[in-house]
Amino acid sequence: MIGDLLIQGGQMLVVLALAPLVTGVVRKLKARLYRKRGASVIQPYRDLARLFRKEAVVAEGASWLFRAAPYLIFAMTWVAAALVPTFASGLLFSWSADLIAITALLGSARFFLALAGMDVGTPFGGLGSSREMMISSLAEPAMIMLVFCLALVAGSTQLSTVAEVMLSGVGLRVSLALALIGLMIVAVAENARIPVDNPSTHLELTMVHEAMVLEYSGRHLALIELSAQLKLLLYISLIACVFAPWGIAPVGAGLAHMPLGIAAYLGKLAIGAVLLAVFEASLAKMRVFRVPDFLGAALMLGLLGTLLLFVSRGL
Amino acid sequence: MGDSATTAMAIGDGNALTVALIVILAFAATSVLALALGRRPAGRPLVYGASAAIAAAGFACGLAALFDAPAARVLPLGLPLIGAHVRLDTLSAFFILVVNLGGVAASLYAIGYGRHEHSPERVQPFFPAFLGAMNLVLVAGDAYTFLFGWELMSLASWAMVVAHDKAADNLRAGFIYIVMATFGTLMLMLAFALLAGSSGAYAFADMAGRPHGALVPAVVLALALVGAGSKAGLVPLHVWLPLAHPAAPSHVSALMSGVMTKVAVYGFIRIVFDLAGPPAWWWGIPVLAAGGITATLGVLQAMLQADIKRVLAFSTIENIGIIFVGLGLALAFKGNGLEAAGALALTAGLFHALNHALFKSLLFFGAGAVLDATGTGDLEKLGGLIHRMPTTSVVMLVGAAAISALPPLNGFASEWLTFQAILLSPELAPWGLKLLVPAVGALLALAAALAAACFVRLYGIGFLGRARSDAAAGAHEVDRWSRGAMIGLATLCVLAGILPGPVIDTLQPVVAPLIGARMPMQSDVAWLSIIPVGESRSSYNGLLVFIFIVISAGLAALLIHRFASRALRRAPAWDCGFPSSDPATQYTASSFAQPIRRVFATGLFRAREQVTLPPPGDLSPARIRLTEDDPAWRLIYTPIGQAVGTLSERANALHHLTIRQYLGIVFAALILLLLVLAIWP
Repeated sequence: MIGDLLIQGGQMLVVLALAPLVTGVVRKLKARLYRKRGASVIQPYRDLARLFRKEAVVAEGASWLFRAAPYLIFAMTWVAAALVPTFASGLLFSWSADLIAITALLGSARFFLALAGMDVGTPFGGLGSSREMMISSLAEPAMIMLVFCLALVAGSTQLSTVAEVMLSGVGLRVSLALALIGLMIVAVAENARIPVDNPSTHLELTMVHEAMVLEYSGRHLALIELSAQLKLLLYISLIACVFAPWGIAPVGAGLAHMPLGIAAYLGKLAIGAVLLAVFEASLAKMRVFRVPDFLGAALMLGLLGTLLLFVSRGL
Repeated sequence: MGDSATTAMAIGDGNALTVALIVILAFAATSVLALALGRRPAGRPLVYGASAAIAAAGFACGLAALFDAPAARVLPLGLPLIGAHVRLDTLSAFFILVVNLGGVAASLYAIGYGRHEHSPERVQPFFPAFLGAMNLVLVAGDAYTFLFGWELMSLASWAMVVAHDKAADNLRAGFIYIVMATFGTLMLMLAFALLAGSSGAYAFADMAGRPHGALVPAVVLALALVGAGSKAGLVPLHVWLPLAHPAAPSHVSALMSGVMTKVAVYGFIRIVFDLAGPPAWWWGIPVLAAGGITATLGVLQAMLQADIKRVLAFSTIENIGIIFVGLGLALAFKGNGLEAAGALALTAGLFHALNHALFKSLLFFGAGAVLDATGTGDLEKLGGLIHRMPTTSVVMLVGAAAISALPPLNGFASEWLTFQAILLSPELAPWGLKLLVPAVGALLALAAALAAACFVRLYGIGFLGRARSDAAAGAHEVDRWSRGAMIGLATLCVLAGILPGPVIDTLQPVVAPLIGARMPMQSDVAWLSIIPVGESRSSYNGLLVFIFIVISAGLAALLIHRFASRALRRAPAWDCGFPSSDPATQYTASSFAQPIRRVFATGLFRAREQVTLPPPGDLSPARIRLTEDDPAWRLIYTPIGQAVGTLSERANALHHLTIRQYLGIVFAALILLLLVLAIWP
């Protein structure tokens, strides 16, 4: 029990501590791929520290929702991220929310972010919220279908159980291949990465996420940035724990297994970051109304995978 | 309320039925009282106060009967030789609970809200009659009593829809409503006639016991789906709903959307699950298809509406779809011998019915509060209400989050159960179901995501941002009664969300007799989690998620304020350096919906955008015109309307014949009938 609690607590701190690093690594790699020098990989930590220390400038027309939303968004994202197995499965509170609930928790965070974007009453905020909800209206069902697909293979929607089933080996399956591609598309869209959105854009009509958070500053902005970083880490961890569960410390494994688990996890994060950076650097941003086609593909992949599993459990 | 609860508990043993009958009589008496009081100002607190008290008694009676053995009684009323059967089993008890819960809330709300009614004598007599009629439908034990109550319910609500007859839209809404209601009742009447058979077994107890053969139950399923579905708002029978529900005063809208649609769900369950006998393997297919399509089309249209009450009415259609998906899954599982999974699916459907009654009533109350405060329900004229209506905006936020199926609120709990039921369905053997269920799952997921978009729009445009009109800028908070009713419902939404286990357990006495199985006891599960099937399979703990979120948010706030910075400065909005003081520069409701409109509605609803630019040099404004149409109108109702028109025009000639021609027609008809008789085997 104490050990489990330690793992759960450790996991919560690990995701929080690593999230900015992953973003930093992706930024650095992208910069290198563009043949720029790029900022140090620990720049996101510096940014966060600076933002946390600054005073928050709040627009005159902002309501309490605007100030409360960053805390809620951060809390929901952090809780969701804490329930995805990273270096050890068998998280103590894994049963409190399964994969559907984790998806929905991220949906809750998005709900408040989109509302916060509309609170000040500026055109950019509304633009960002409107597009964000359009993107999510396809990304979320796609995610649910992919969850169905995984749950049918593993016979469970509990992520810890899914990870264990995957670890015990389920073989190569068509449905899982479809799910992997679909999940990557959803991860790209949900994290506002190229080609759906550009995380480093400003003052452009193409931005989505950045348009919603335009009015934020200081500690509020820091929390929102940290949530976005946590979300990126969450998706990489999710894909890693489902499709590459090797090295995760199984349930009941002693502390001796932890270094291996952590090393494997760091390796997976690094691979995920490299793949994301290469993917982003090799594509241009899509027009907004091309995004539905891109996400529709993920939805169809999820549906197809689920259908295959309905037809036969072995596919 | 406390008093009546203890009385009903103490009576027990089938006497809850007596209480239910007294409740109905008391509603009828209140209705008469309201007639007598007319326009007198004392009428409002008296009528609505009495309704609230009676509904509270009804609620207690439903709660007590939920754990009681079924009771039945024959009253010396109704048709000769048949009498009026009344009965109260757990299914009726659950829906009595839902109806009267909505009734209490709406009555309390109306004590305050009703003061803005300029012709109270047109609403107050019908309000208790409406509640009484719904209760009558639920305790009816034979087809006649059921249909009598059903028609009374339709008529009482119709009277309130057309209460404000000066608005032409209301009269049109009332006309379409009454036509559709009559059509639905006709279908139900046919269904009951088939079930009763030639022997005339009109009592439900006799119907359920009769063998029906193979064909009759199938036809009954279709008739019940059309008859009850038209009342509930299944696509394509939904056309009256978004017209009629918003036309009524807001507390009545809340009852119609939150509660009356549940009576329709009850009618469907009663006929299909109880009276029509054991389901065939394919019964789930039409119900699932109707539910999935209804959910998606309903929420898509909700997204396109500019009027706050119409948004809510279309969202009701979506939620009815979700409930019917639960019912369809239950039928499919039961028809294929998977009773345990059927219990899960039916529990999910009933849970969502309860949840929808809670949050949709809440949202309509909020819409009424907005109407009251600003005089308009047009989203394009609202904005910034969060500053002017602090309480209403908080409870509306709870309602919007709950209906968007966001954890840890109640809408998510029931949708989660539905998803769990879908995940059990690969065990269904028939191919039709194997292919349909994943597609319905995708539709459901799409509907949930669109619902979130729809309510971000409703709340973000209506309550956030800056006021778009003087009316919105001068809004005021509503009265104490209205706020109390909304706070009560919002609290229930949160409670049902973080403690789904007790709700699920309470539903099991309803599910068990209908399906023949029940879900595992949830109150035994540690930490108040819910585990629908097995521990390794899936579990969810709303309470813990709620606590985690609160602790994490609190901890973050505490640490940041303690160790980092708590300084705050107010400044003009940044807006990329070009802030504009004109509220018209904000996103509007239609601009917010535009991306989704373009992606989803272009084909389905023929949504078009027509931009008219003035010629160069002309200073008149450019205009954008949005058009869309409902395929149900285009493909079904308009052609039917035209056909009826053409037919009646042709038949008009019959009015101008000579006496010889009339005699000739009569003679020809006689010959024809005799011929038919002669040929008849």
